[in-house]
Amino acid sequence: MSTKLFAPHHWRRKKSIVSICVVAGLVGAGYAATTAAGKTGKTQDVTLNVSLFGDFGYHDLYKQYEASHPGITIKEDIQDYATHHSNLAKHLAVGGAADVEAIEVGFIAQFAAQPQQFVDLRQYGASSLKKRWLPWKYQQGVASNKAVIGLGTDVGSLALCYRRDLFKKAGLPTGRAAVSRLWPTWKRFIAAGQRFQAHAPKGVKFFDSGSNVYNAMIGQATPAYYDRNGKVIASSNPSVKAAWNLTMKGIAKGESAGFAAFSNDWNTGYKNGTFATVTCPAWMMGYIQGQAPNTAGKWDIADVPGDGGNWGGSYLAVPKQSQHQSEAADLVKFLTSPASEAAIFKQTGNLPSQPALLKSRAVVGFKNPFFNGAPVGKIFAASALKLRPQILGPHQGDIQQAASNAIQRVEQHKQSPAKSWAQFLKDVKAIG
Amino acid sequence: MSNGSAAVPAAAARRRGATRRLRRLDTKVSPYLYIAPFFVLFGIFGIFPLVYTAYVSLTDRNLLEPTSHFIGLANYAELFHDSYFWNAVENTLGIWVISTIPQLLLALAIAHLLNRSLRVRTFFRMSILLPQVTSLVAVALIFSQLFGYRYGLVNYVLNHVGIGNVNWEAGRLSSWVALSTMVTWRWVGYNALLYLASMQSIPEELYEAAAVDGARSWKQFVHVTIPMLRPTIIFTVIVSTIGGLQLFTEPYLFQPVKGAATGGSGRQYQTVSMYLYEKAFGSSQFKFGYASAIAWCLFLLIAVIAFVNFLLVRRIRAVDA
Repeated sequence: MSTKLFAPHHWRRKKSIVSICVVAGLVGAGYAATTAAGKTGKTQDVTLNVSLFGDFGYHDLYKQYEASHPGITIKEDIQDYATHHSNLAKHLAVGGAADVEAIEVGFIAQFAAQPQQFVDLRQYGASSLKKRWLPWKYQQGVASNKAVIGLGTDVGSLALCYRRDLFKKAGLPTGRAAVSRLWPTWKRFIAAGQRFQAHAPKGVKFFDSGSNVYNAMIGQATPAYYDRNGKVIASSNPSVKAAWNLTMKGIAKGESAGFAAFSNDWNTGYKNGTFATVTCPAWMMGYIQGQAPNTAGKWDIADVPGDGGNWGGSYLAVPKQSQHQSEAADLVKFLTSPASEAAIFKQTGNLPSQPALLKSRAVVGFKNPFFNGAPVGKIFAASALKLRPQILGPHQGDIQQAASNAIQRVEQHKQSPAKSWAQFLKDVKAIG
Repeated sequence: MSNGSAAVPAAAARRRGATRRLRRLDTKVSPYLYIAPFFVLFGIFGIFPLVYTAYVSLTDRNLLEPTSHFIGLANYAELFHDSYFWNAVENTLGIWVISTIPQLLLALAIAHLLNRSLRVRTFFRMSILLPQVTSLVAVALIFSQLFGYRYGLVNYVLNHVGIGNVNWEAGRLSSWVALSTMVTWRWVGYNALLYLASMQSIPEELYEAAAVDGARSWKQFVHVTIPMLRPTIIFTVIVSTIGGLQLFTEPYLFQPVKGAATGGSGRQYQTVSMYLYEKAFGSSQFKFGYASAIAWCLFLLIAVIAFVNFLLVRRIRAVDA
């Protein structure tokens, strides 16, 4: 454990700290927090608010941090994914942001375009920690003016979770090496789906949702929705269209259960075993275990078709509104430290974003009994190290949403693939 | 003290004059002061946001951008060519029609029944109000489960009577029906209670006179009860218009995946409020200017429809007409 993490705090704040002129507009709050003075050299009681989406598994780490930093209390607030990010935007505009805010990769490009709203973590030594992270992961948290607005928590490198019992019933191999050999490419994956469907138990489909298969393919495409110059190329990029076509083929062959990912029906589908495979970013392991504890041991994990790919993963940032910027920055460094990321991986399955950890025995040697003892550490770490970074853009999430809706329209037999694609292009045009 | 000695009459007269002026001021001004608290609050929380929204709708304000520019009516021009906006208007009106009309008719029927001498009348009267005190979110979530495609109770029943599964959420009309059911369930009791209260204030003599003229129960209802209820009907129609056209929570929570507020994969039940939310908060665009333009169009839409309704309902003939 690096001692730097626990270095004494700089209680004396930089003089220049900041009157945050919030665009409070007419809400009237006139929220101008000038907090230059006030701090003395003594330890003061400080409450740090941490705002997250979903459970990051930080509770034990908070306790540890509070114990080693007397006077600091940590409060956590959890919202769902969409609410959290729209709240963050609201709070940045009119005040009320927490001291530490999580930002998911789908939103990082957008918030990184607002560096004036966030503390540049280089002020607190982020540059010297840079080599901890996968280079692309670190880079995505860097704004165009080189300010570091967020430090990486986890990455969502891809694998494929599958149900051994259902594969067996459908006459497919069940060992993870053999299963991985079934689908070196996505084309072969869809073909394996046809084999599965031929002898599948009644009502069971090969994959959960067309959009999850599609998103995995998109996650591997470099570039995908944005090109190097920040231009939206979703409608002209052949790899996007290829991913779409292949997804449509799978749906046409009856391989999709047609769930909307993260819907109630999807959750129930896990419990009832309505689908045999699901695209598995590392964090999905925790999700499956939470949704369907009754399926323990029936799952296993194979390599993802294609190469690498990332879905999800987050950053921790400190808004300039924070009254305790140096303390908050220190907490961010602690929560993204190698020791913390390793602990979180063991607890939740969220994969560290740091190469040294990805090669460490703690990660590589980790096996998950829920997934039939699969060497999940090895599988996900290998996938993360292979991963080629994708160029993200500010409206990444909106384009993704439009694509998911487009795929759903086909799955719900509301539109033909061609019509749905045309509407998707129209949506993309409106977004970009 | 004020009416001290008359030693200085001029001063006293002046003082009297002052008192009179004060009193006059009192009669003129105090009423306004008494009602001021409402209007001050209404000004701050009602008028001001309205006017400010109108101003924002003329700018390209984005929540994440520090500056914005005046762009005139460009947002409105874009809105009129925005097919998703018109789709949302259509959805809103559709859901409103198939929820409000049955709802008010049902409320009228229920009120009529409750107005008779029933056993444990108070129990029934109270229980129809129960949905009203249930949390809106709970209602929406539970109904969404009931109308679930694969595991919903409604489909379970439909399956047993041989109709088969309906994908309520995916279809346009089917999602409207599901949403209308939620709205109706929640509001029918409230409206029934209003009608009931109004029915009880109808003088008994009118019914007696009608009976003497040979009017039976149904004729009494049509020719006495309904005309006498006219003011209440106008009130309920306008209130349900305002509420129905702003419909948000039910369709928002009906979405299998919350957050984006597109109202289904094909925007089949995205209401105007949801579209406003999508533009302002639901996506990564945070277009406040555009969303404000939507808000104002919604306001105008409600005003127009409420007025039309008022004109229509006013045509219910009064008793003596």
